[in-house]
Amino acid sequence: MKTSPMTRRTALVLGGAAILTPATGLMHPAQAAGLAPTPTMRGGANNYRPDAPIVDRIGGGGFWMTGTVRRAGDGAPLPGQRIQMWAHTTEGHERDPHSHGATLTDANGVFRLEMPQIVPAFGQAHGHLAYDSGAFKTVFLRPLMARPSDTTLNVDFVLEPA
Amino acid sequence: MNQPSRVKSALIWCAVVLAVLAPISLAATSPLLQWREPTYIAAGLAGVLGMTIMFMQPLLAIGALPGLSLQRSRYLHRYGGIALVLAVTVHVVGLWITSPPDVIDVLLFRSPTPFAIWGVLAMWAVFGAALLAILRFRLPLRVWRLGHTALVTLAVIGTGVHALQIIGTMEQVTKVTLSLLIGCTLFAAILRRKVWAMGVRSRRN
Repeated sequence: MKTSPMTRRTALVLGGAAILTPATGLMHPAQAAGLAPTPTMRGGANNYRPDAPIVDRIGGGGFWMTGTVRRAGDGAPLPGQRIQMWAHTTEGHERDPHSHGATLTDANGVFRLEMPQIVPAFGQAHGHLAYDSGAFKTVFLRPLMARPSDTTLNVDFVLEPA
Repeated sequence: MNQPSRVKSALIWCAVVLAVLAPISLAATSPLLQWREPTYIAAGLAGVLGMTIMFMQPLLAIGALPGLSLQRSRYLHRYGGIALVLAVTVHVVGLWITSPPDVIDVLLFRSPTPFAIWGVLAMWAVFGAALLAILRFRLPLRVWRLGHTALVTLAVIGTGVHALQIIGTMEQVTKVTLSLLIGCTLFAAILRRKVWAMGVRSRRN
């Protein structure tokens, strides 16, 4: 009499492994993607001026634009990345060159730049930010302030390699 | 004109003048204006002015204002329509000069701001209503009446939603009040138009 190669023991072991493997998370496809990149927002690039200078402060200051820059996937902070920003402020319209400036992220991937107070324009109190240095894919953001009276706006970038 | 009716008509005119001047004067003294260039200021005020014209138009269409004959009211209604088209044009062109990419996004319906879509809708409705008025005598009567009424209703709804969602130069209380008044005067004018009632009656017979 021929015996089947599939004994009761192998059936249990294979069956058990098939059930347990997905439960460990090893087969989870999303794990490979990790932290998703920040998508460009509609209208984010409006009134953009390429190559705004890196400055210590835009105009007289009084308002803080802050945020972080991280790498998509593992979320590692990205130091030395140039972030550009512009807005309608108490000192000028979005189109004015003096409303634009840029700064670099520090060792922890954090940026902070003082600029004039943002005031509502075109119906909303909003700022514009860009990552456009080329090493990663270009991202244009147009975040809204929760209240027009806010004196700070925090914006987080997650960049994916170009 | 006897004494009580004279008082009544004076009160009505006071209310109308207040409803027009309060939102305009408060918008004209908004703190936001100190950070805006003249073109942008003019564009914003043209929008407010357009809203006040929109409030007057139904009152003129039905001759509801005391001391003005229906004929005189209709005459002023036509000039009100021309003024409204001009106000909307100055509003859009002024904003375009101030920030071209924002207005292009709005006109192409790809703006991130929800109120912009309502504004564009109202603009085309105003232009459409004006076009029907120009073509009035070449159109079947029913097309003219229904078309003009439907388009101005769309314009009023679009303008109200547009204005209420904007953080801008208009003061909040006068903005809400004017938006409601525009809706109320249009609704009252539609109800007062006897042609609708006559139409219903003739269909019944």
